[in-house]
Amino acid sequence: MSRVYIAGVGLTKVDEHWWISLENLMTEASIKALDDAGLSRIDSIYVGSMLSLILQEQGHLGALLAEELGLSGIPAMAVEAATASGSAAVYAGAREIESGRADAVLVVGVDKMSDGMAEEVAAAMTSSERQEYTGFIGATFYSINALIYNLYMDKYGVSQEKIALFPVLCHEHSVNVPHAQYPFKIKLETVLNSPYVSEPLRRFETTAIADGAAALVLVNEETARKLDSPKTELLIEASTDYLTPFQREDPLWFPAVQLATSRALSRAKLERRDIKILEVFDATSIMAILSLESSGFAERGKAWQLLEKGELSLSGSIPCNTFGGLKARGHPAGATSVYQIAELHLQLTNRAGKNQVDSARAGLAQSLGAVASTAFVTILKEV
Amino acid sequence: MVRMSSVVIVGYGGYVPRYRIKGEEIARIWGRDRSELPTEEKSVTGLDEDTVTLAVEAARIALKRARIPPSKIGAVHVGTESKPYAVKPSGTIVAEAIGAVPRITAADFEFACKAGTEALQFITSLVDAGRIEYGLAIGADTAQGRPGDALEFTAASGAAAFIIGKNKNEGVAEIEAWTSYVTDTPDFWRREYERYPHHTARFTGDPAYFHHIVNSVKNLLENDGYTLNDVDYVVFHQPNTRFPLVAARLLGVDLEKVKPGLVVGQIGNTYAACSLLGLVRVLDQAKPGQRILLSSFGSGAGSDSYIIRVLENIKLKRDLAPPLDKFIDRKTYIDYAIYARHRKKILM
Repeated sequence: MSRVYIAGVGLTKVDEHWWISLENLMTEASIKALDDAGLSRIDSIYVGSMLSLILQEQGHLGALLAEELGLSGIPAMAVEAATASGSAAVYAGAREIESGRADAVLVVGVDKMSDGMAEEVAAAMTSSERQEYTGFIGATFYSINALIYNLYMDKYGVSQEKIALFPVLCHEHSVNVPHAQYPFKIKLETVLNSPYVSEPLRRFETTAIADGAAALVLVNEETARKLDSPKTELLIEASTDYLTPFQREDPLWFPAVQLATSRALSRAKLERRDIKILEVFDATSIMAILSLESSGFAERGKAWQLLEKGELSLSGSIPCNTFGGLKARGHPAGATSVYQIAELHLQLTNRAGKNQVDSARAGLAQSLGAVASTAFVTILKEV
Repeated sequence: MVRMSSVVIVGYGGYVPRYRIKGEEIARIWGRDRSELPTEEKSVTGLDEDTVTLAVEAARIALKRARIPPSKIGAVHVGTESKPYAVKPSGTIVAEAIGAVPRITAADFEFACKAGTEALQFITSLVDAGRIEYGLAIGADTAQGRPGDALEFTAASGAAAFIIGKNKNEGVAEIEAWTSYVTDTPDFWRREYERYPHHTARFTGDPAYFHHIVNSVKNLLENDGYTLNDVDYVVFHQPNTRFPLVAARLLGVDLEKVKPGLVVGQIGNTYAACSLLGLVRVLDQAKPGQRILLSSFGSGAGSDSYIIRVLENIKLKRDLAPPLDKFIDRKTYIDYAIYARHRKKILM
């Protein structure tokens, strides 16, 4: 089985791109990634998108992107796994390289949420829930998060002030990030005084409408040796769980995250202490907290202590969401998890600019679909 | 850019219905956070009022100041997005009510919130071309906001009317120049048979309101050789209290020049009447020789900008009718239930 390497990454700024179409976003990110890798030929394309079929009524993204890139003729297809769609595309691309069927694969995550009205986007995002159960009773991702949030505070006796530190951390990290949607700091009071989205979840503990595309060029060992671009080794594992957290034994525990993390660490032959950079899926503040705990990087009910002690800051023991995470870099749905992996790659290849973390040799990114009904865990290792 | 040879405002009038609902009351009904209200309160029509009655009120006030026989008016154009009839002009009803019929042209204009300044463009052009002696341009609306929607906090009612002529000796202000900046930008719309409009969150700001107003004002200043130092007052369209202040910052306009024309905080966004009511409020206090920059915005989208110079006659004519503040300060507060009845939100 061949090892998989990232040989190039390409990112568009996360923003409300009113003047740029879905296909232009993914084409721009792809060209940047191919330029970064120094490659013009690839064997196949995988595109991850959650919302394009609903908001743009645009399917067939694989052939569309191949055409845009002048690469028609190669195999190309889209994969979907809710907000983890980008990681699903990485998973498919990585497996193709591992199997020996491809030398180089282009993986792109893309979504353009600003094409929908707010209520259309909310409905589209709810497509990741079981419609016959969650959707039909009118619950949304945020209202489910609010229930879990209350349960968490009640069970562990942790106040919202502690959990709401997570978005503050993300904004601190986004300040120097050119591709971040919101590159500015916020105060804890700003988070706590923002309006409720679904009590107790406040607006600044969630993400906003965002457009963006991120691309990776994955290559096998032989191709990696021929390319001059900075590279990292990639290992990706996945797991799934019940769509509704309230059908699980414990809604405050994400078994999919735990399983995928353990599988990825074991394949990478690494311990948790070897991971020096983390990317967690902070679609809400409480999701970030539960992800930290379920993956074993924090004790149950105590993730807030890492925040308070500064362990997750750029100078901390395990810097987390070093480019701003979903909250501040932005969360363009299906594209987000490719941003996470690309950002880890930039860190491990010493190209993180002012946010460069010292002496990290391995990093881990968690990408989730809905409330951890799907979990992809990617480990990148310095080469 | 259209530079006018000699077109003056002969009379002007603003009208705001007496009923008010507080933003807090709307927030109470819908469980909204009270810290984020876009206006303090907004004006609401009475049970027997609609766009046409508001337009007639404003026209009558304008006539009092104009001191001309209504029969001399050759055109009545009403700009509105809430005309009572889908087919049948509001202009004819207004013209009949003030005694301007039958030797007139009458029509309604629609361009969301800039329909009023658009009507003014056509009236000034007819006068400038010598086709009519006097013309009446009105911006009037009883704006719709879907119950519970963000627009419900601002969608208000009011009217502003301007009688345009050519004789400088009769004029209270001279319209020196105007320009328009229009693109197809769908930031806000209401389709046929729909009761309430749709809008697109942040998209209504940057690429719509700000882009069009900034470019319209810049074009007017650059093409006609004016600078911001040449103007004493600046009136922007006011969909909420924040947008006109941000527009001022983007253009480098001193806020002191903007404040006198701000009415949105007290009466809400009166749509086609909105920027024109700001102009009325400035005319109520400006001195002869001072210049006013007016810039409207209409979703869809476009912006009309005007340079208007106040004339000596303002001192004589201003007090011939009640100032706008009299209508703004005259208010009867109603709760959401009465508001729902007045605005016909209860459908059986």
